[in-house]
Amino acid sequence: MLPDLGKYSFAVLGSYVATVVLIVGLVALSLWQRARVKQALAEVEARQGKTDG
Amino acid sequence: MSIWEYANPKRFMQSSAWVLPWAVGLTVLCLVVGLVWGFFFTPDDAKQGATVKIIYLHVPSAMMAINAWVMMLVASLIWIVRRHHVSALAAKAAAPVGLTFTLIALATGALWGQPMWGTWWAWDPRLTAFLILTLFYFGYIALWAAIENPDTAADLTAILCLVGSVFALLSRYAVNFWNQGLHQGATLSLDKEENISDVFWLPLLVCIAGFVLLFVTMVLMRTRTEIRARRLQALLARERVA
Amino acid sequence: MRDLRLAIRSGGGFGLGLAFFFLLAILVPLGVGPDGGTLGRIAPGILWVGALLACLLSLDRIFALDFEDGSLDLLATAPIPLEAVVALKALAHWLVTGLPLTLMAPGLGVLLNLPPAGYGWLVLSLLLGTPALSVIGAFGAALVVGLRRGGLLLSLLVLPLYVPTLIFGAEVVRRGTEGLALATPLALMAGISLGAAALLPFAAAAALRVNLR
Repeated sequence: MLPDLGKYSFAVLGSYVATVVLIVGLVALSLWQRARVKQALAEVEARQGKTDG
Repeated sequence: MSIWEYANPKRFMQSSAWVLPWAVGLTVLCLVVGLVWGFFFTPDDAKQGATVKIIYLHVPSAMMAINAWVMMLVASLIWIVRRHHVSALAAKAAAPVGLTFTLIALATGALWGQPMWGTWWAWDPRLTAFLILTLFYFGYIALWAAIENPDTAADLTAILCLVGSVFALLSRYAVNFWNQGLHQGATLSLDKEENISDVFWLPLLVCIAGFVLLFVTMVLMRTRTEIRARRLQALLARERVA
Repeated sequence: MRDLRLAIRSGGGFGLGLAFFFLLAILVPLGVGPDGGTLGRIAPGILWVGALLACLLSLDRIFALDFEDGSLDLLATAPIPLEAVVALKALAHWLVTGLPLTLMAPGLGVLLNLPPAGYGWLVLSLLLGTPALSVIGAFGAALVVGLRRGGLLLSLLVLPLYVPTLIFGAEVVRRGTEGLALATPLALMAGISLGAAALLPFAAAAALRVNLR
């Protein structure tokens, strides 16, 4: 399946793994921040929506 | 319609809402095609063996690490001159993305360098310059986080970005001066004779496109979050006053 | 006149930086080993890094006192332009930190086995380079003046800005010890100091105005 990387498999695979981990981490963090803010905003808008009438 | 229309947060939210799914799709497409092509369907290099496959990660991420900072610089200038909040928030949103790309460039650079140069880390000018760039990113992000008032934060971080850019350039030249370095010369010169053959160049191009699109997607998404957060802050402040 | 005196008020911290510099010159050999050859080779770098870190220690005080007691507001509205105030503050910081460090450095060079040819260049490079450290430091201090615990953030912001000065300054001393040509790093470092002194007060004043709003 994987091409023969020879003695370089650690370097090559390590690079791909590190990259994926970092990108996935960034995306996950961003999605989490987005969800958190969206929810808080919805709550506050609902609250203020009620009092504004 | 002038691009300044999008400076209005509401317009930005509306427009980015429909652009985003396309951006995500294109990003995934380019990244998958480029990386699979490069990883599975390219030969090894005569001198570098299979490690040449790291080029598909290292070069695009390094390019974007710099481009992200340039975008932040432009956005900061637009904030200073035209006071468009979307611009300031876009710069704030871009910083962690740029930092991530810088870290990827460093990690892949070190992993590539180890079998090539025999050492896990070498104080090569380019790697060192990227290490210093991470410090600039950290400082910028930290300053945004430390200041409560959003407009003050936007102003101060914009000034920092401007001054930082000058010193980042100076550092680049200083580091070059400080060490002649192990990096090969420019591999992506456009007008000079080809340094990489086409068999590597084409998948690399796709990967570069993928990383650019990744940056755009992430910044769009994160700016939307920042705009919402800003609105949240304003509403909460209104509650405190009432 | 009172404004001028306020502008020059340096906020103390005189001895701390010097003591730190001295400490470093003792700790490094303890950490690295007493071999004269090794020490002599790294002495230019250690001395420069030490000067840099010692400068950092008193930076947050450049504007802190004035910000807290309201004098900074006075200075901002005084007839002296705020940019000049920043320059004067940076000068005061240099007189109290950078200059004493420069004078102290040869003594520490002895402790670190700096080769004889390096002493003159050490003093010259520090003389030309430490003003940059003070001006850059003043810019950093202006950014964080509104924060209560800005010290650590200040270091994070300022240290990357110190990198070019450090590289060229240490390079001057290193080449001086080996008798190599050093006009380029010397000129570049002096250029950075001049450029910083000329331009950074504007950025710092802008930051101060933002913080005083």
